[in-house]
This record gives sequence, C-alpha cells and structure tokens, in this order.
Amino acid sequence: MPNAENSGILIYAQLTREKYIHTVFYELLDKAKELAKKLGGVDVCAVIFTTPGLIDEYKESFKNKGVNKVYYFEDERLKDYSTEYYSKLMVDLVGVIKPEILLIGATNQGRDLAPRVSSALHTGLTADCTGLDINEKGQLAATRPTFGGQLMATILCKTYPQMATVRPNVFKIDQSGNFYETEFISCPVNIEGMKKHVELLEFKKTVDSVINDLDSAEVIVTGGKGLKNEQGFELLRRFANSIGATVGATRGAVEMGLAPSCIQVGQTGKTVHPKVYIACGVSGAIQHTVGMEGSDYIIAINSDENAPIFEIADCGIVGDVFEILPHFIKK
Amino acid sequence: MKIALCIKQVPDTTDIRWTENNTIQREGVESIINPYDVYATELALDIKSEISNVHITVFTMGPLQAENMLRKVLALGCDDAVLISDKKFSGSDTYATGLTISRAIRTELPDFDLIICGQFAVDGDTAQTGPNIANFLDIPQVTYVKTFEELKGNELYLTREVEDGLERVKVTLPALVCVLQKDIEPHRATIGGVMNAAKKEIKKCCISDLALTPEKTGIKGSPTYVSKAFRNVSHHNAEKFNLSTDDSVKLLKEKLETLGVLKDA
Repeated sequence: MPNAENSGILIYAQLTREKYIHTVFYELLDKAKELAKKLGGVDVCAVIFTTPGLIDEYKESFKNKGVNKVYYFEDERLKDYSTEYYSKLMVDLVGVIKPEILLIGATNQGRDLAPRVSSALHTGLTADCTGLDINEKGQLAATRPTFGGQLMATILCKTYPQMATVRPNVFKIDQSGNFYETEFISCPVNIEGMKKHVELLEFKKTVDSVINDLDSAEVIVTGGKGLKNEQGFELLRRFANSIGATVGATRGAVEMGLAPSCIQVGQTGKTVHPKVYIACGVSGAIQHTVGMEGSDYIIAINSDENAPIFEIADCGIVGDVFEILPHFIKK
Repeated sequence: MKIALCIKQVPDTTDIRWTENNTIQREGVESIINPYDVYATELALDIKSEISNVHITVFTMGPLQAENMLRKVLALGCDDAVLISDKKFSGSDTYATGLTISRAIRTELPDFDLIICGQFAVDGDTAQTGPNIANFLDIPQVTYVKTFEELKGNELYLTREVEDGLERVKVTLPALVCVLQKDIEPHRATIGGVMNAAKKEIKKCCISDLALTPEKTGIKGSPTYVSKAFRNVSHHNAEKFNLSTDDSVKLLKEKLETLGVLKDA
C-alpha cells in the first residue's frame, strides 16, 4: 500500500554520552539506503538533537555517507537525553516530514524513546529486528526473534510511519561511494512551557566505552555458570589471553558476580558475530544464543552432554573446562 | 501512595516444544510470571515496606487462568488485583495492549501515584508496553530501573542501569517505571498471606468496562501484525564429541589451528 503522503526513511542519529554519533546509526543508514533503493529511490534522512553551535562538528560526520537530509534540533535543554523533550520533538518532526519508515537503534535510549514516539503517533513498532526488507507491496517487512529466539516472526505495519528498532552490531556497515551533498535543516524546538518531570542527577560510569572490544573481536571466549567461581573465570581469562581472544560472559555468570555486565553476550547484553566463538561452561540458554548465533564458527565445551549449546555448536566437546583449558595456557 | 503493578503471565520459554510443522506447541507448556515482572513486584513490595500507607493494585491482561498468578502475587503482600480479560483483547500488539491496560488503570485506579512494570516480557521481549502505557496516560517514564532509593514529597529517587553506567534520577509523580533487575532477597509468601489471597475477590474487566470498542483493541486495534512465523534453524553443524580429556585437548588444538586461532602448534 504505497502512500503518496508518506515518503522517505528517517533514522534517529543517537549521540553517545561522549557526544559521538552512535555506530548503530551508520549500521541503520546503510540498511536504509538499501531499502530506499527498493522503494524507488526515496530520501534517506537523519534526525539529531544537539546543543547550540555543535551541528557544524556533526556536519563532518554526515559527509559522504549518503544522507539526503539531516534535520537538527539545537537547544541547551537538549544536552542530556530526555524522553519527554526528545519524543515531543520527534513527533513534531514526523508530523511535518511524514516519513514512511522511522528507524531507531535498539540501545537503552532508543528502546526508551521508540515506544513513546510510536504510541504518540498511533503507529506500530517492531522491536529488535534482525532483518529489514521491503515486500512486494512496498511495505516494511521487519523480522525479529520471538519466544526467546526460537521463533522468527516477520511483522508488517498498517500505519505510518512504519517503525522499527535494531540492536547495535546486527547490521554491518557497508559504506560504498556516496558523494552527494547533504542538506541540513534546522527545526523549531517547541518545548516552551513543558515541564521536565525526569531529571538526571548523577552519572557513575561503570563501562569505559559503550563500544568495547567485543564489538570487533575476531575470537571470543565466553564463560558461563559452569565456571563456578572466580578461579574458574580467571582460568578463562588466562585461556583467552593465551590464544588472543576477547572475554565475554553469559547472564548467569554476570549474575553470579563473576564478570561485569558490559561483557554480557545475549538478549539483554551484546550481539556479537566473531569468526570463532568458544563457549566454556555455557549451557546455551536461548537468551544467550540469540546474541552469538551469528558467529562464523562456534566451539562449545561443557561437561553436560545434554546442554542445549551443543545443538548450535559446530564443534561440541563434552568435557571439563577445568581439565581442558589449562593445556592451552602459556606459562 | 497508590501503586499500580503491571505483570504478565508468559509461557516458560526455556521449555518450548515444537510440533512436526515447526509451530510452537502451546498445549501443555507451563505458564510462569514473567521474570522481569518478579523484579517489578519486588520493587513495589520494597516501597511498601519502607513507606507507610502504600496500597498495591496488581493489573494483568490475559486469559482467565492468569488468576492463579494474581493470587500468588497477592499472597506476597499486594492488596488487590484486576484481571483484564476479554476474547476481544486477543491478538493485541504492544500498542493495543498499552492502550487497553492504560484504560483499565484509569478506570480502576484513577488516582494512582506510581505504575511499576517489568522492563521486558520474555516471550515477546519488546520492552514497549510500559512506555506505551505511560504515553496513553500522559505521565513521565523511567526505564531500566535497578533500585528505588527514596521518596521525598512527590519526588521519587531511583537508580537506572544503562549501557555505560548507573544514572541517578529524580522523577515527579505520577510516573511509570520499568524495572530491569533487582539484587535483593526476594519476598516470600507467608501462610497468612496465602490464606488472605485466597479469600480476596479479583476484579475482572472486560471490553465494555473500559469503554473500548473492538476497533481499538485486539487484532483490529493493533497497527502491527505477524505476516509469517518460522522456526529459527541454526546454520551450525551440531557435531558433538565425547572423548577423553587428552583427545579433547588434541581436538581443540586442531580446530583452533585450522581456524587460524593458534598459529604455532
């Protein structure tokens, strides 16, 4: 159902706390360009919220990336993310430019913002998509895992804009020759008289950077509850160190206090796709496997031969990590 | 202080079985309270134990069988419960669910101060219903809440956990919070609590109680719909080796060499 009134794809360009454009924006951008082509060459636009004077710096970041238009809101009050201000302005913008698709990164911020915007616009939202395509009727076909990742569902939306969120690292950045001009459009910040009900008082950094080594690692060694205790996790770290791998953890291991949550892989953690993924003492709960199933090659070591991890491992070794791993540790 | 606690009954996703046609077998699958809603319940009970005059009303939308879950939560110390149930609600997506629950809260607890939800439901994992409810009731939201700190007047102080750290925030009530995790000792039901809960009347809400029409809820009121569902089939080999430790070490060494992880054997 093509709609004459709605055209173009709008992407939310989220800023990290350090005020860089989040990499998930570029991942969505490249996917959006592919969708725009299938829609007959519609515009791909971005929206960004920033403080006065900073837009010039971001102009460089959007240059030669294949964005047709960048809509920007500049105001001192937009310095920190605010659900109330950002969703109000996003709704205003959508009302004016009427995009047919609105894409938002499924970060904590994106997952806070997107449902607020979609329900205010009385439209549908598909969360955490792993695939986006345009069907034969020109609709956004959004595919996502459901039931803990065991079932995939392709979801369509009857209303506009068709909204979707996608987690970081799901789509790959694939920049290829886009050297056209990007138009920058300043948008009116109509938040006068709005009371801000939520105030950020303090922030305690617990993670060096949102983007950590797991995102780009070629080899990941992950530990689960089977490592039992801190000594077990230390063994895993030394093993990883010896083979040049990056360490990840399951939710179970994080909840046991063996690893920080920033290295958690899975549904409520990171999505990774290294060349080699080695799961040690990991049972293979669905909520974990959805975050690592995209790895090229999976090795699993677990003493429980019925552990579900073996169903998705290319090479499953039934055995005790405490006996096997020490053989690989360089003295 | 009046709290609306929103919880959901979900199929136990660790116990999913498949039919021969690769569809999910729903019969005989055990239903559990959504794990994140357990955290939400804990937060509500925490507030109740720290502040006087707290009244917790539990809301759930689902089939009539969800009454069992409501009684369990009442036994923990919640005060009363509302079951939002009607065949016309079935097939609701997150938009229609958010709208329906917001209507039920407005009808049954119009003078609420705080709405508490779990951050996700493990069956759909959308994290959308909470913010949708907040939008329809035009109140602020705080997502990814980890701990409740204190209440000063009508301002609630909370800690939320986000990707890069912990945020301390202040929110003016009435508001909605979505709870991510709680690391405290869980509340347990007492015998008195269970007996009390068994006696309580659970208020049931159907479509006409909420001034909703079939066009506004259920399948018709949902902007999104599933066009196809299919089993997520792994592209990995699932080769399993049950060997001695020495042979396992040898196998792992070989694999790592072939994959280029171990360079010098």
